[in-house]
Amino acid sequence: MSWAALLVLAAGTYACRAAGPLLLGGRELPPRLDAVLGLLPAALLAALVATQTFADGTALALDARAAAAAVALWRGAPFVAVVLVGTVTAALLRLAGLP
Amino acid sequence: MPTDDTVRGRAARNALTIGAYAAVFGVSFGVLATSADLSVAQTCALSLLVFAGGAQFAVVGVLAAGGATAAAVVSGLLLNSRYLAFGMVVTPFLRGSVARRALGAQLLTDESAALALAEPDAREAVRTYWVTGVVLYLVWNAGTLVGALVGEAIGDPATLGLDAALPAAFLALLVPLLRDRPRRVAALAGAGLALLLTPVTPPGVPILAAALGGLAGLRVPGGTRDAR
Repeated sequence: MSWAALLVLAAGTYACRAAGPLLLGGRELPPRLDAVLGLLPAALLAALVATQTFADGTALALDARAAAAAVALWRGAPFVAVVLVGTVTAALLRLAGLP
Repeated sequence: MPTDDTVRGRAARNALTIGAYAAVFGVSFGVLATSADLSVAQTCALSLLVFAGGAQFAVVGVLAAGGATAAAVVSGLLLNSRYLAFGMVVTPFLRGSVARRALGAQLLTDESAALALAEPDAREAVRTYWVTGVVLYLVWNAGTLVGALVGEAIGDPATLGLDAALPAAFLALLVPLLRDRPRRVAALAGAGLALLLTPVTPPGVPILAAALGGLAGLRVPGGTRDAR
């Protein structure tokens, strides 16, 4: 990989990250945009959960990750416990031969 | 009401939990990148400057498979295009001088955004964002350096179930956000759109497109305007 390619990747990534904070930050947002931004976290987090649980590259897959994610629905569980129990669940299922 | 101390403790504890996972993945990235013939300097530069696990693994994966550098860069950029949407969402946490916002933007990751968004109090959300971002930046880069120097296989993190931890963590952070109908509709639309697009677009694009799922929530009555 050339240094030029590496820097293009870094600059492009930073531009995506900084567009919101640098262009929108420090000013009042119109109420309509504010309403959209209020709903974005739920949409984005749900999309992350869905793809990280059910996608393998560009293929859809049902494997040990789904069982691990289900642990997160355990109500009132501390965050650390969800993460640890999720990990152990997936490790045990894979040890048992599941994908 | 939680005291200031317990909240601060929670921010640090959650950040360190995620950080422990990031450290393992950082080491495995360092190993993988150097075995794909990247120099130690380039491997570390990727973690310092790009600082995005998914994209870094994708880039190295394309290169290791003999793909063109341009293809590797494009797949990395497509994966990171989701930060456009995440950047809008964390903008409220990054008030202040241009320098402060510019620095905070580099600390934007799925994890720092998700943990901050799950924090109901605005001041604690800002603190959570910075604590998580700094912790992840430090452990990701330290892990990368160790992996690049040691260069020995530590095994596939998937065998240890480590890859399953993140979706579980994100789901735990998502559930409390679903407190009204518009948000539930937005979440369903976002997840559905992302899964529909997964087989037909490069990784990363489905997440960016899921932002449009948020618009579906606008059509639903019963929204709260305290939305963040």
